[in-house]
Amino acid sequence: MTEFIQQLINGISVGSIYALIALGYTMVYGIIKLINFAHGDVYMLGAFAGLYATAVLKMSFVPAMLVSMVACAILGIVIERLAYRPLRNAPKIVILITAIGVSLLLEYTTMYFLGPQPRAFPEVFKQVSYPLFGGKVTVSNRELLIIVVTVILMVLLQYIVHNTKIGKAMRAVSYDMQAARLMGINVDTTISITFAIGSALAAAAGVLVGIYYNKVWPLMGIMFGLKAFVSAVLGGIGIIPGAMTGGLILGITESLVSGYGSSLYRDPVAFVILIIILLVKPSGLFGKNVREKV
Amino acid sequence: MHKSYFTVVAVVLLSFLLLFTSACGNQSSSSKTIKIGANLELSGNVATLGQSGYNGIMLAVEEINKAGGVLGKQLEIVKYDNKSDNTEAASVATRLITQDKVVAIIGSMTSGNTLSYVNIAETNKVPVISPSATNPDVTVDPKTGKVREYIFRTCFIDPFQGTAMAKFVLDELKLKKAVVLKDNTAPYSVGLAKFFVEAFKNNGGEILADENYTSQDQDFRSVLTKIKGLNPEFIYVPGYYEQVGQIVKQARELGINVPMGGGDGWDSPKLVEIAGAAPLNNTFITNHYSSLMPDPKVQDFVKKYKEKYGSEPDAMAAVGYDTVLVLVDAIKRAGEATPEKIKDALKTTKDVEGVTAKISLDENHNAVKGLVILEYKDGKQTYKAYVNP
Repeated sequence: MTEFIQQLINGISVGSIYALIALGYTMVYGIIKLINFAHGDVYMLGAFAGLYATAVLKMSFVPAMLVSMVACAILGIVIERLAYRPLRNAPKIVILITAIGVSLLLEYTTMYFLGPQPRAFPEVFKQVSYPLFGGKVTVSNRELLIIVVTVILMVLLQYIVHNTKIGKAMRAVSYDMQAARLMGINVDTTISITFAIGSALAAAAGVLVGIYYNKVWPLMGIMFGLKAFVSAVLGGIGIIPGAMTGGLILGITESLVSGYGSSLYRDPVAFVILIIILLVKPSGLFGKNVREKV
Repeated sequence: MHKSYFTVVAVVLLSFLLLFTSACGNQSSSSKTIKIGANLELSGNVATLGQSGYNGIMLAVEEINKAGGVLGKQLEIVKYDNKSDNTEAASVATRLITQDKVVAIIGSMTSGNTLSYVNIAETNKVPVISPSATNPDVTVDPKTGKVREYIFRTCFIDPFQGTAMAKFVLDELKLKKAVVLKDNTAPYSVGLAKFFVEAFKNNGGEILADENYTSQDQDFRSVLTKIKGLNPEFIYVPGYYEQVGQIVKQARELGINVPMGGGDGWDSPKLVEIAGAAPLNNTFITNHYSSLMPDPKVQDFVKKYKEKYGSEPDAMAAVGYDTVLVLVDAIKRAGEATPEKIKDALKTTKDVEGVTAKISLDENHNAVKGLVILEYKDGKQTYKAYVNP
């Protein structure tokens, strides 16, 4: 029983990271119907920015994370302006391929300048383990940090989306871009802000992962990005609570399969879930079946 | 229209011709140097193994060249980075043999990468000496049981390593229940785990579980939680430092405080960076050598290495250095620097005074050597025991 609880805790921490990254995917899809494959690499750059902030600028955890989030928000806006905006009216396949191109560009440019070697994060704060249930279950302060930060960011996001004007604008643009424009909403700015928020969340995830696993390298965005994408699809792509739930479900399932089954099946779990959800309920757990109206 | 088309074709053909002749001009009968290839992991997830090995190799090469070289010629090392990847290692080997026309190849540091080009070397009849590939399949083809004619190594093999650790755990640490956690994508890890398990069971120990991870994994908490539930007394992790570091760190975070151990794949300056000094306490490894050994040859080597590179030489640097000594000894006895003669001379290598030991190669082209058992204390390796071959 205690082993199950421990696996659950492991799963929730990893799942929270997937959820944070999945939020970026889902928000961008919701607003411009684009699967931003470069999002995983924004997460990677967020981790590197956090590494730079803590190792070179010697900042502590919170300022480093904020710096990283701001840097990636700007990066997200730049990518949107340069790569996606000119293609706003192009066929969807063109912009999808461009996203893949941006992803490869980010990965290999980083590799060119920083080398493919994994780097260690400096110890930003001491790792403390809290034994529960008489030592059978251990929670470390890093896992608690991930869960707490994720919850805070998600609550913040919900607030922005439902209780602010810009959030209302985001929701309006995602329902119907033309109508929103006719209503006087500056669609371009709204899209840029969506990218900025999504990228900032990915950056936060990057810094948390860097601290948790103590390892950052240029290709770290691939696996996590893919799994976050699966989480977003699982929950219903375009739906914010869906991304959060999808991430947690994926994390916990992975952890249980890896612990009770074989640790070799950890990665395949994500893709099996993807196949199942696309066969059974393609619009995702929270998605509604939207029929095309003629 | 016709005329300009013709000139374009002519120019293209001419430039191709020029390219070809200039490329072909690079015969290794440039007779001024002896070209030796180095197929090493200089980047990727076992990068420090190749980097240290390269440092050791170059230290030896410079010393020998300063003393006049071999057979009157200077040694020239042609190095390529195989990026810790099998396919890249095979392509590097092909390049070294066919384009750079080296007379021998030093490499690679890992069994998996070396295995990827043993057939290429055999077909092209170029000798390969690995400083640290310890899987027995590298020199002896497992399918036929025959020794590979052109493949050699200057280190011990995994049956010895696995058995030594098993006996150490049973006899010295007096622990009887172990769990194995291996990288099942690396032949080194799979082989070493197998030999440890055999020896452990044959000497009265009990293996509670044999778990796996892949070289892409980062998060080991799930499998470690499972292992923790089995209450082992010892955990054997015969993998490479990148992931071993993560495993040890995460195991300690989960409250697993039993002794852990592994093989020479742990030996890297990065291990302490990744795992942290405290988590590594109470871990043991089998290794090729220790810079703490009081042998004057070792201390002399450590001094020279520190002067040149400013850091302590690890085991990979020492075996890299020794491999050059063995190769040079073979070239001298062969009398000429051709692949065939070098190969024949290598077969009869006896008592080469290396840093790690007096090296002789047995009938399976493996070095007959002892190993050291080291314990990590506060992030540093401390000398625990020496095991004779």
